[in-house]
Amino acid sequence: MTAVQTPATGTWVPDTAAVHEALVAGARPKPQGPLAASATFGWRTLLRIKHVPEQLFDVTAFPVMMTLIFTLLFGGALAGTVDAYIQFFLPGILVQSILMITMYTGVALNTDIEKGVFDRIRSLPVWRPSALVGALLGDVLRFTLASAVIITLGMLLGFRPDGGALGVLAAVGLLLVFAFALGWIWTFLALRLRTPNAVMGWSMLVITPLTFGSNIFVDPSTMPGWLQAFVDVNPVSHLVTAVRGLMHGEAAGGDVLMVFAWAALLVAVLGPLTMRRYGNRD
Amino acid sequence: MTIAADAPVRGPDRDDGPAIETHGLVKHFGTTRAVDGVDLLIPRGGVHGFLGPNGAGKTTTIRVLATLIRPDAGTARVFGHDVVHEADAVRARVSLTGQFASLDEDLTGDENLRLLARLLGYPRAEGRARAEQVLDAFGLTEAAGKQVKKYSGGMRRRIDIAASIVVRPDLIFLDEPTTGLDPRSRNQVWEVVRALVRGGTTVLLTTQYLDEADQLADRISVIDTGTVVAEGSPGELKASVGTGSLHVRVRRPEQRAAARDLLQRVLGVEVHEQGDPAGLVATVADAGPVARALTALEDAQIGLAQYALGQPSLDEVFLALTGHATGTAPAQEDQA
Repeated sequence: MTAVQTPATGTWVPDTAAVHEALVAGARPKPQGPLAASATFGWRTLLRIKHVPEQLFDVTAFPVMMTLIFTLLFGGALAGTVDAYIQFFLPGILVQSILMITMYTGVALNTDIEKGVFDRIRSLPVWRPSALVGALLGDVLRFTLASAVIITLGMLLGFRPDGGALGVLAAVGLLLVFAFALGWIWTFLALRLRTPNAVMGWSMLVITPLTFGSNIFVDPSTMPGWLQAFVDVNPVSHLVTAVRGLMHGEAAGGDVLMVFAWAALLVAVLGPLTMRRYGNRD
Repeated sequence: MTIAADAPVRGPDRDDGPAIETHGLVKHFGTTRAVDGVDLLIPRGGVHGFLGPNGAGKTTTIRVLATLIRPDAGTARVFGHDVVHEADAVRARVSLTGQFASLDEDLTGDENLRLLARLLGYPRAEGRARAEQVLDAFGLTEAAGKQVKKYSGGMRRRIDIAASIVVRPDLIFLDEPTTGLDPRSRNQVWEVVRALVRGGTTVLLTTQYLDEADQLADRISVIDTGTVVAEGSPGELKASVGTGSLHVRVRRPEQRAAARDLLQRVLGVEVHEQGDPAGLVATVADAGPVARALTALEDAQIGLAQYALGQPSLDEVFLALTGHATGTAPAQEDQA
């Protein structure tokens, strides 16, 4: 039994027998568990990349531009030579680029709300955080891709990590953990604010001091004391120090632990706040 | 409908109770009471219509019933499950369509359905087969690989409904399923709704079209300013207004004034002249005096071209119940 369709005119004669059959044939399996559902939502994010590949442009073009500008324009002035600066700077710009693009997670969620997809998802009998966890996991793929682009570009510009491939992989892994945790700030904002533009605006307001008020670009010892104090407690500074250490094969155990602690704290505080909001958004 | 009787037992938590039962449901946004004490008792099976203008509280009520928002006061149960405390049990049984819940427009129809099938528990291969089956039943096989945003209005409604039956729902919320559709597509959607009912699903339909409610609904709740102002079958609602309309056309327009005087005397009610120069209309309580009035016209040698005594339309009922016409808030939110 097949419904008759002439796509050219859009005329469709409903075969109610087929509809009826499809309806009653619908089994009711047990819905996916938390992990499987998160993976399925991650798959959705990948499907979206397939259909809207433009979103990868933001992820790659911006970091490339930033890397080139800072290395070639300021590198010599800041560290004597471009080559010396990129050894210091590349891990930092990698961190900044990835943290900047985590903001798109919030923007994407807000778009879902605006379009009504969010309500469909919330009406499903699956573990509620799985939609957000899945989206963040799917985004980890984008972050990985951006990391690969930046590191490759850095190598072309003369970046030579002493920690070797293993050190670089460990550094990227740590960065992804932190990026996932930071994503909860954006999902929280996405649920509080009305439009994707507002989410973008507020996210910039949060991310700019976090990344610039850190040791990404320069050694903080030249900064005024109050700013040094901020840089010292800024989790991004710990992340950058840890990523530098891992890439260059220097000990960074303390900072790595601090990054894990911050990541755990972000998820522990913002996860429940976000989910409370998620469960009862008007 | 004997749906509940032959519905198969599913799982250990067999549930009881009517499809929907609410008591004193209240939800406000700021100072606006969007839902202001809604009481509903909707049995299983069949189509229940929610009739009312935009902003009447239909959508908010349904969002509470679908566990999307929590009520500020009152209780709501779906198949006996509390929408706040047993939200998962409710979610496992209901489906949303239309403005209530949308699909991912950037993905294809097939991907949307497979995604839902996976989340709802179909293993990968079975999920793919199920998506195919549902798309086929709705005549969307050829459009399966197209992004949903490229679908026409009619196809969009179909994929919306298709997505809602990937797992057979016990209760489906259809949101203005035919708004903006041409008459042919409208009939198609109506046929689909009837097929859903035959399959054992209870349908809750919101509409601003009275004829749609008249065509499909077994019972109707008329909602206005956050409360249920009337409830019953379409026939009961019409009868509750307690009147019928007598329409008369005299053969010779110059006799209309005389006919009007005569009718007013015999019927004892106000008789109005219509735009048609030969037309008269009166609202009457029962049919008894009408026969006498018609005889009186004949005796007075006033020939009639036409007369009709009918139930008031749902439009007239709506006007009588709410004091304003359904068209007050026109259906201009086109989501196509």
